[in-house]
Amino acid sequence: MTEVALVIDGVDVVVNEGVTLLDACRSIAKQQPTLCYLETLAPVNVCRVCVVEVEGSRTLVPSCSRKVEGGMVVQTDSERVRHSRRVVFEMLASSVNLALVDHPTREWMESYNVDPARFGPPAAPTSDRDQRHAGHHGEVVGGAAETVHQPIKVDNSLYVRDYSRCILCYKCVEACGDDAQNTFAIAVAGRGFDARISTEFDVTLPEGACVFCGNCIGVCPTGALMFRSEHELRQADLWEEDRQSVTRTVCSFCGVGCNLELHVQDNRIVKVTSPQDHSVTEGHLCIKGRFGYEYVQELGDLASTPVDVVLRRARSDS
Amino acid sequence: MFGAGGGTSSYEEIETTSVIFLWGSNARAAHPIFFHHLLRGLHNGARLYVVDPRRSESARWADMWMGIDVGSDIALANAMANVIIERGLANHDFVNNATTGFEAYAKTVAGYPLERAAEITGIPGDAIEQAAIAYATAATAQIVWTLGITEHHNATDNVLALTNLALLTGHVGRYGSGLVPLRGQNNVQGGGDMGAIPNKLPGFQDVEDPVLRGRVEEIWGRPIPPEKGWHLTQMFEACHAKMLRGLYVIGENPADSEADSTHAREGLASLDFMVVEDIFMTSTAEMADVVLPAAADWAESEGTVTSSERRVQRVRKALDPPGEAKTDLEIISRLAEAMGAGWGLPTAEEVWDELRRVSPLHTGMSYRRLDELGGIQWPCYDENHPGEKFIHHRLWKVPVEGPPAPFFPVEWVAPVDRLTDKFPLRMTTGRHLDGFNTGVQSGGFDSPIRVGGTIDLSPEDAERLAIAPGEMVQVISRRGQVEVPARIDSSLREGLVFMAVHYSETADVNRLTIEAWDPKSGTAEFKATAVRVEKAGV
Repeated sequence: MTEVALVIDGVDVVVNEGVTLLDACRSIAKQQPTLCYLETLAPVNVCRVCVVEVEGSRTLVPSCSRKVEGGMVVQTDSERVRHSRRVVFEMLASSVNLALVDHPTREWMESYNVDPARFGPPAAPTSDRDQRHAGHHGEVVGGAAETVHQPIKVDNSLYVRDYSRCILCYKCVEACGDDAQNTFAIAVAGRGFDARISTEFDVTLPEGACVFCGNCIGVCPTGALMFRSEHELRQADLWEEDRQSVTRTVCSFCGVGCNLELHVQDNRIVKVTSPQDHSVTEGHLCIKGRFGYEYVQELGDLASTPVDVVLRRARSDS
Repeated sequence: MFGAGGGTSSYEEIETTSVIFLWGSNARAAHPIFFHHLLRGLHNGARLYVVDPRRSESARWADMWMGIDVGSDIALANAMANVIIERGLANHDFVNNATTGFEAYAKTVAGYPLERAAEITGIPGDAIEQAAIAYATAATAQIVWTLGITEHHNATDNVLALTNLALLTGHVGRYGSGLVPLRGQNNVQGGGDMGAIPNKLPGFQDVEDPVLRGRVEEIWGRPIPPEKGWHLTQMFEACHAKMLRGLYVIGENPADSEADSTHAREGLASLDFMVVEDIFMTSTAEMADVVLPAAADWAESEGTVTSSERRVQRVRKALDPPGEAKTDLEIISRLAEAMGAGWGLPTAEEVWDELRRVSPLHTGMSYRRLDELGGIQWPCYDENHPGEKFIHHRLWKVPVEGPPAPFFPVEWVAPVDRLTDKFPLRMTTGRHLDGFNTGVQSGGFDSPIRVGGTIDLSPEDAERLAIAPGEMVQVISRRGQVEVPARIDSSLREGLVFMAVHYSETADVNRLTIEAWDPKSGTAEFKATAVRVEKAGV
């Protein structure tokens, strides 16, 4: 393996040829913010929060996909980088509900003094986003900041889609497509600010090609895609992550040996994920592994009871 | 195979192999995450051949779908071998060094010229030839199979027909080349590894080998019955013959899952005493004298399971079991206590550590290492051994290390349940993506894509019988009949009908299936039933 020498923020770094600038940064413990990047997916370079400055390059480059080259001189914290990242975060945060992004992302936003309110108060939610065509959205009235806020899509028993939280990172599209599931049930429709994740002809998930593996939920960084159980618990103000245990085990369906992480609150499974760093699943599951756990829940007459009611009862019993 | 009861390869190997045969497997629906690895192989340029009577979800990804007539797999495999030998594409260096019995095998497969094979299998001769050449000339190739191969009256012969092909071409014992039986449940492999089969002690040590048995007797401090026991199908025969009078059933639902379930239920009903230990009140449990409520192995107790790539992985307790339910380990330990065995109540890890002493294949797999390494693939002989991604590399040592691998020539035999004018349709069975076996587990969640229990007909047969989609029909076999809605499915060829196995309450497929079973493995011929379909109420 050929090695490549470069300089990152004044530090000499030697890494293997073929790795990305992001890998090189991580090799010297310099973390970078990322939203659309995931180790298990091919980079799509859309979120632009990982951009860095490379000497001699006219534009900032996305560190998640740009391969290292010998002699590169890279700045990850220059004024230009900080300014660019700040504006990207501000535009995202002004138009999208980012309340559920992970902790590191929130820290990055704080460190860049992100101020989404500077574009004005958020415009009211709309319900016609799925019908819009390129160039058809009108001017926003009264100095409000345009948003993607819209009603939550609840069209099936297993998961919900809240696209007011969607930053169009493409991860769900990639996981549904040829990076993992190869079902191709969703894609990006529309252009510009009207772009959105959609099924074919905007049909509901059960009417479309979706096979309900939930691998889109597994990669969603903003909580736009969510287990219905989690959604209902959050609605009822009963979702308490700090009271949840996460236990790794092996799926009971078929003999492939997929690892599951069971998220348990009050002795009930409220969510199932899979570790991204495990060779069998790389974080991906099928409908049975992700949603087929109901048979170990305390059922009895509770079988048809909404999960939040069950959990409320469980709490009052304990 | 070749002395070890496990798949030869790792999932990662299918991502870079050149040619893949998916033979009697609809992995896209039944083993979806394995299929992710396979798809990566296709994206990397592998060619996929799918041998399946149906143009299944998996077959839609194939470079060539080989629509085979149910139960003719041996004729196909032998004909492919004959092509390979005739064209001089056999790997003679490998055959000479690592195998025995080539002459007899060549003689057997010479009886399967393309014309004959095409007639038996329904696959055009030139397609068979093309597939044979692709397999033999591939740099690396894998054959992946599941119940389409093993749920036949000649299951073992079917498997041997495939392993013969691998020996003939040297597609085994190398990274990327191998034989991959995908297991149907999370611990089918582990159950066998642990000795929960009638002729083996843990680690596939033959119970009838006095030296191996003696070693285990020493560790256990007890004599072990020196003869092999009965397998499941023999147990049912013994029920009917009144030779088996008591049965202890753990986590199995034979009243629904056995072929010819009416006959199976009669067998269970004839017992003097039956104990069922299960997490569900199954149809079998309903018939029991005593039901012991068990904890779910994968979410309510500690232990290990072993996957189709021989990977031993830990299951862990995430939930408290409901009510009085106890773990299988606790129930068995308490029963042993009541019988005066003096085992106490060992932890899962203590039991595992004893197993590591008994089975050399598992000796290096401490719980700590299993945690650190994300599971370990057997064999793992000591605590410095990383486990093996693929096995049987010994066959490539010159001269071969250990005993050579024998060819087992096998002849094609038609399915037992013959097609006649009265029963003119061939019914086969299979899985839906959101279903699992008899449905007691997968029925618990509300799946938006659940099709439910149906009889699936080809458009041609539906038209001939004047059956509309959704219409209730009678499906009648020589053993019983069920009334189910019809579904028209263009992935079926004329003469072939299909039922999923998950809906015993609404579409009890095993009232129809035949109990004809393979004398070597004990598997019943779930895949080949002769039926006729009539409009309901006629």
